[in-house]
Order: sequence, then C-alpha cells, then structure tokens
Amino acid sequence: MQAKWLDIGPVTQIEPGMAATLPVIGGEEIAVFHTMRGEFYALVNKCPHKQGPLSQGIVHGDSVTCPLHNWRISLRSGEALGDDQGCVPTIPVKVDAGRIYLLREAVVPPTPAQRKAA
Amino acid sequence: MNAPTSFDKASALREKLVVIGNGMAGCRAVEEILARDPERFDITIFGAEPRVNYNRIMLSPVLAGEKTFEEIVLNTADWYAQNAIELVSGDPVDHIDRTRQTVVSRSGRVEPYDKLLIATGSDPFIIPVPGRDLPGVVTFRDLDDVDKMLAAAGQGGNAVVIGGGLLGLEAAHGLSLRGMKVTVIHLMPTLMERQLDEAAGWLLKTELERRGQTILTGADTQEIIEKDGHVAGVRLKDGQEIAADIVVMAVGIRPSTRLAKTAGLDCERGVMVDDHMVTSDPNVLAVGECVQHRGLCYGLVAPLWEMCRSLADHLTGSPSGYLGSVTSTKLKVSGIDVFSAGDFSGGDGAEDIVMRDAARGVYKRVVVKDDRIVGAVLYGDTADGNWYFDLLKKAEDISEIRDGLIFGQAFALGGGANADPNAAVAALSDDAEICGCNGVSKGKVVETIQAGACSLDAVRSQCKASASCGSCTGLVESLLALTLGDEVQAGAKTLCKCTSFTHDDARRLIVEKELRAMPQVMQELHWTTPDGCASCRPALNYYLLCAWPGEYEDDQKSRFVNERLHANIQKDGTYSVVPRMWGGLTNPRELRAIADVVEKYDAPMVKVTGGQRLDIFGIKKEDLPAVWADLNAAGMVSGHAYGKSLRTVKTCVGSEWCRFGTQDSTGLGVKIEQMTWGSWMPHKFKIAVSGCPRNCAEATIKDFGVVCVDSGYELHVGGNGGIKVRATDLLCKVSTEEEVMEHCAAFIQLYREDAHYLERTAPWLERKGLEWIKAQMFADPDAVRRLAARFRHSQKFMQDDPWAKRASGDRSDLHQHLATVRPAQTEYA
Repeated sequence: MQAKWLDIGPVTQIEPGMAATLPVIGGEEIAVFHTMRGEFYALVNKCPHKQGPLSQGIVHGDSVTCPLHNWRISLRSGEALGDDQGCVPTIPVKVDAGRIYLLREAVVPPTPAQRKAA
Repeated sequence: MNAPTSFDKASALREKLVVIGNGMAGCRAVEEILARDPERFDITIFGAEPRVNYNRIMLSPVLAGEKTFEEIVLNTADWYAQNAIELVSGDPVDHIDRTRQTVVSRSGRVEPYDKLLIATGSDPFIIPVPGRDLPGVVTFRDLDDVDKMLAAAGQGGNAVVIGGGLLGLEAAHGLSLRGMKVTVIHLMPTLMERQLDEAAGWLLKTELERRGQTILTGADTQEIIEKDGHVAGVRLKDGQEIAADIVVMAVGIRPSTRLAKTAGLDCERGVMVDDHMVTSDPNVLAVGECVQHRGLCYGLVAPLWEMCRSLADHLTGSPSGYLGSVTSTKLKVSGIDVFSAGDFSGGDGAEDIVMRDAARGVYKRVVVKDDRIVGAVLYGDTADGNWYFDLLKKAEDISEIRDGLIFGQAFALGGGANADPNAAVAALSDDAEICGCNGVSKGKVVETIQAGACSLDAVRSQCKASASCGSCTGLVESLLALTLGDEVQAGAKTLCKCTSFTHDDARRLIVEKELRAMPQVMQELHWTTPDGCASCRPALNYYLLCAWPGEYEDDQKSRFVNERLHANIQKDGTYSVVPRMWGGLTNPRELRAIADVVEKYDAPMVKVTGGQRLDIFGIKKEDLPAVWADLNAAGMVSGHAYGKSLRTVKTCVGSEWCRFGTQDSTGLGVKIEQMTWGSWMPHKFKIAVSGCPRNCAEATIKDFGVVCVDSGYELHVGGNGGIKVRATDLLCKVSTEEEVMEHCAAFIQLYREDAHYLERTAPWLERKGLEWIKAQMFADPDAVRRLAARFRHSQKFMQDDPWAKRASGDRSDLHQHLATVRPAQTEYA
C-alpha cells in the first residue's frame, strides 16, 4: 500500500518566485511553483498554447507567464488568463512540516494493468 | 457566586472533571463550564508550570519591561479557591490510563476522572541543528523562558533570534529594548510570511532595521556555536557567523500530543476532535492549540475562545458545535501596526485593491472575489482591520462600496456620494493642497485644466502638480475627470498595468529618491499589485541594476528565462548555446571544443549565426552547466546571445588582409568587444566595425557602427536590421581608436541610462531625436568622458563570465530536476 501523498522534498529547495521540475517516467513532467506569497502549486509543465515549459516563466501573484509567448496561466486552476483560452492540468499539493507533497494519483500515470482493468 | 464546598450533599453526585493544562485554553474552558453550570463538576487542574494561569500573549510586554507578571495573571489563587478548583501546579501529568479512567502525575499522584480535558497547548519547535541543547539556547513559550532572556539581557551583549515570525520578532523587540544588540535570522525571504505579503514584510523589515535590529532573511542556520560550554554564536549555511550570548529559538510551535498519543487517542498533527471537542474516547475531550479540528490546528487565541464555548455547551448538556474559525491577526511589532486576515494570496477571479501611501508608510491591500472580501493585509494603518474582517466573516456584498473600500469605513460608508473617490475630491475646497511637493492647490489645478491642459502630462508641465514624486497622480486624474468629463486625453503610456507611472518617471525617481530595492520602488511609486507582473519586474530589475552598479543584487526571479539560464530557449523547451568569439575570430582549439560538445551532448544542429559565431542547438537545461564547463576549458565564455545586453561585435578582415582595408577593423572590433561584453542594457545591442566604406560588416544597421576611412573613423548610431530596417545616423567622426572606444562607451551609457526597457536604440533615437543625443554627448566638452567613466565603472561589476559560475555549481537548483518520479515496480504487478 503506497502513501496517498508523494513526498518531493523540503520547501527550501524552491526559492519563492521560482519553480522546479519533476520528470515522471511514462508521464508528463510536472512544474512545482513557489509563489512570493509562500504558496506551492503544481501544474503539468506545458503551456496549453504551444507546450512551453511553464516552470521557466516569471511567477507573479498566483500566475506564471509562459516564456515562449507570454501567455499568463493561473497556478490555481491551470486556466489561461486574459483573452487567451486553454487549460493545463493541475496537481494537488500540500505542505506539511516543511515538506512538499503531491497527490500521488495525479502524478503517477496508470500502470498497464490498471489501464487494462479500466 | 456561591462557593460550593466539598462537604456539599450534592458533591457526591458530581462528576469528576480533570483538566490537563493550566493555560489559557484549559482555564477558559473551566470558566465557560462554571458560567453555565457551577454545580456540575468537581474540578482538578494539572499545570506543568509552578504558577497560576496567566496571559501567555502578554509575555512579550513582560520581556519588553512594559508589564509585570502580576499584571498578566488571568486567574488568581483566589479564583481557584472560590470555585473549589484544585490546582496541582508544577507536577505535570505523566500518563493517562483510559481503562481505569485515571491520570498519573510525575510525582505518582493518581487522580480519577469521569471526564478528562486535554489542554496541553503546543511545544516550541526546535530546529535539529548541532548545538541546540547548549546553555544559552532558549525558546519563547513561558515565564521561565522570559526569565532566562532577562538574565542574559542584564549583561548586555548580542542576541540572535532564530525565526522572523510574530513570536521571534516580539522576542527581538523585547531584547532590543533591554539593551541587547539583536540579529533576527529568518529562513524565508520575507518576515512573517504567513501573515504578511512580500510588500508588507519588506516594509516591516526596513522599519525594524531603522530601529537598530539586524534582519537576515533567506538565512538558513547550520549550527549553534559553543565556547566554554555555553552558546557563543550561530553559523549560517553560507558560512556567515554571528556572535551571540543568547540564542532564542522561535521558529514555530507544534501541537503537544504526547500524552494523547501514548494514551492511544487518535492523533494526526494534533489531537483529533469532533465539533464538540470530543476525542476518539467519548470521555476525553481536548481544546486549544493541541487539537486538530476539521484538519486544522490553530495557534491564535480567538479560535480557542470559540472552542471553549462549544466544549462547555456540550459538557453541560446543550451541545452547539464548533464549526472552525476564520482567523485574523492584528498586532503591534515594536509599535508598528500590522493586520492580516483571510486568504490574501489572491486566486481565480480574485482582484487586489492596493493603496500605498509612501509618505505615511502605509500599505493596504484588500482581496476581493465575487464582490466579497476574501482577505486583507494592512501595514502602518490598521484602523479598518476589524471592519474588513467583519465584512469578510459575514461575506457581505461590497459592490456598492467597492470604489471607496480601500479608503476605509469612514470614507466608504460616509454617504452614497462619498463612496465615489471623484466625489470626495470634488468636495475638497479650492485651497486644499493637491501636490505637496510643489505646493499646488486644487483651485490652481482646476484653473490649469480649464485653461486647456487636457492630460496629466499637460497639467504636470503647466502647473507642476504631480510632477515630482507623483503620489498625487490619482487626485489630479480625478480633477481632470471632474473638470473635463469625457474630454480627458489619455496620458503617456504607463510602465505596465501595475502602476500609473511611466518608464521615464520610474527611472528618474529610482535615482532621485535613491530607491535601491524592488519592493521599495513598488511601495514608493504606489504599485497597485503586491509583487508586480512579468512586464514591470524585469524592467525594474534592469533600472535598479543600471542605477546602482555594484550595489543592487540582480533578482533572478525577475529575469526572463534566457537571462536566468544564460542560453536561448527554443520552441521545444531545449536551449541553444553560443560561446563568445571575439570580433568573430576563432581557432582550432575553440572549434574542436565546440565539435566535441556537439557530439558529447548529441546536439542535433550547429549553425553559423548572423553575428559571426556558432550556435549549438538542442541542449537540455540540466546539461547546460556541463556544456559550459567544457567550453570554459577551451577558453571560451558566454556570448550573451540570449540577453538584453551586448551581443556581438561583427568585423570584417580590415587592413591586415584586405586590399581595400583602411584600418585594423578586426583588432578594433576585438578591443570594443572586450570593453563592452557582459553589459546589461535596455534591449539587445549589436556593434560592427567595417574596415572601409564598402562596409562588409554591415555597420550601418547596427546599434553602434564604426566605418573606418583613410582619415579615421565614422561613428554611426541607431541602426536596426530587424522588423523595421533603419539605417544609422552619423554621430561624429573621430581620428583615433581611443576616441572610438570612448565614444562607444559614452553612447552605450547614454542609452543604458535613458531608454525604456525593451526599447532598441533605433526607436529610442527616433523618440528622442538625434539632436538630443548629440546635445547630451557634445554640448558639454566633458560629457563623453563622464558617460564613458560611468560605463567603465558599471562594467567592473558585469564582466564575470556567468557560465563559469554556473559550471562550478552555482545555482544548480535552476538547472536540476527536483527528482524523477518512477512508478514503483509493484504497481505493475
């Protein structure tokens, strides 16, 4: 039985206003954000526009500006802000006792067995 | 009140209530029970401290010398006696025996119970660093801690407080007032980050520093240093050491759950309770900081009161139920008013209303979502905190008062008309002062507008209102709207949506007001967002870097990715790497190193650029430092092909080889590149040196172009080969290489100091006019020398190869993945 939440390390490894990446074997790379307000969010690291790496964008408030074409994406909902339309999947995050956790089922892709069962 | 005695007839029928914890929660719970039914329980309270119940929140004033212990006592010995409560102090409970329904104290005393109340509060969190157990390392939790601090402070000396939250800052304030030299070490980049946003945290930090405390943010403690068996200082992870005669550890608290856990009660972070404060055992209740209710643990006092009421309702037979608390924090740190409530981190559909008053040191931010207040942060003026908190808790629709909301209750509710800021300005008398800097009255501004000034700029130039610090810009805009209605002309384009200031205003005020940090600029220039946006942050970062060379610390989080990773991001998320080739020259060693890198890292493409160098494509961000190490080893440095900075100096072969060449254009190009590389600019900057008027280096479409002629050098400026081709204008002609270098440095510095961020030299020159540029450089015979000297000074701090630093491991966090998630093998079974 695996824990529901995946421990990805201490909060100090991501400076506020920055993001870090978490590749997933067989799944989508995840971008983990630390806002200037001290909150953590995680999104699939792909802009809904042209798949730009959101982890490399400038973080402001609770949004990130994609480095490729300046789309603004909400870190809370993954939705494109302003006049742009699109959405990127979000991954639930919790912080406990100084460590960052991601919801495992949202991170790890279904196994072949699970896929067969479905 | 009738004091029941133990000889009462009813006494035998009473239930026995044992309370573990003689603190604020435990005693308040007892008070609430007594208020409802004084006859119901025989009560025994166990307290770990050898004293009556006091107001723990007031320990700070005791430390600061503003109050005595007697003044903060909540329940005197008389109160216990009058209510026939037995207080067992200084003998903490050791364990709970739920089968026998007894508690056993450390001294061996056994006390039976019918109902047990756990109110053990919380324990200070001790960071697990070497030296944490040394004498002289204290926490800030009870009166004994305060006594230890006072004993240390009596001898003066240095104090270090680890933790820049509320508790830590109060300890620091107290110790500072007691005459110690205090340093606060805080792990996060801003103080009190859980209660305050970055802007307010920055204001607090500056104010505390002004009062003599040293505040180190982003500082990670490595160990506590010992000397002669006592604490002697603190060493940080960056190697810095701070001397200390006392170290106060105030990094946070944790619910105290040991007793409950060993008794087998359900615990997570805290002791789990339901809405009636009952634990997993129906005869055991818990209240206060030690509990976890609906997933939350509280560390503030207001929720405790609410919990105690529900607990007493339940125990006295009329259950009500606790539904959780929305908390707010209102506090004074060193006499500085701070308030925060709710969720002020924004969110979807949430809008920030921000008001900053730099002169009064006030910052207010109210977060509104769906016409309701969801959060607020106030600094410097917290008078309206309770009003905002009330609106928040009641989820009141604020759409009617929205325009005046940020000005506070008196203004917003001061009658329908007054809720409109324009109306408030209209109500001002004609002699009311609008612009404090230039002493301009409302009457004068209106007169100026009526005489034809239809825009903010026109008002500024004609009567000087809002032409200095700009803090009255909003008032002048209101007067324009009131006087002209729809005829107001849009003002100059502002820097971005976060501010009403233009690029020029911001640049000028950074220098005039000596603004040296980004939060300071945002505060002084009344930014309407808490931390700017992707447009203003890089611009301000550049303006500060340009204004304060060698002083301002470059802010990586305000850099566009290319300048953060020193490479060019490509459409697939990989990067291209361009090493510098001085003046376009290269040699076998460099070419071999480039070829090796291409093979070693499987770069799918290498291309010759338009700037006479080689571009290696398809490098992953995690491989960049290794690529750079290989290129550095062959003597190559960053080409800054990614930066708003000097790109290349393109040259032709010149007089050394070319039969038409008039001067050594290649050699001059190399010298110019060596002088200018590494410089950050408003936008990218390209230079070329052609050896004769045939102009093979295409110098006349560069930002700065040199065309060599028999008699010397023509200097051309403001060219561009991009979207809109623009040929250069001739700036001047000079006769020596030294003069070329001096004029090049001077022109670049003029551009650096004047242009708007992301404005190339071509549009800049067209906006300002060639004559203006010539006037800046030549009207005063010494101007070129002064500009060039400022450029050279700035270059002293810029010409470090950024690749070399990264190749040696600096900021590896920017390149490495956190980890790689591999689905566990068992999941495939």
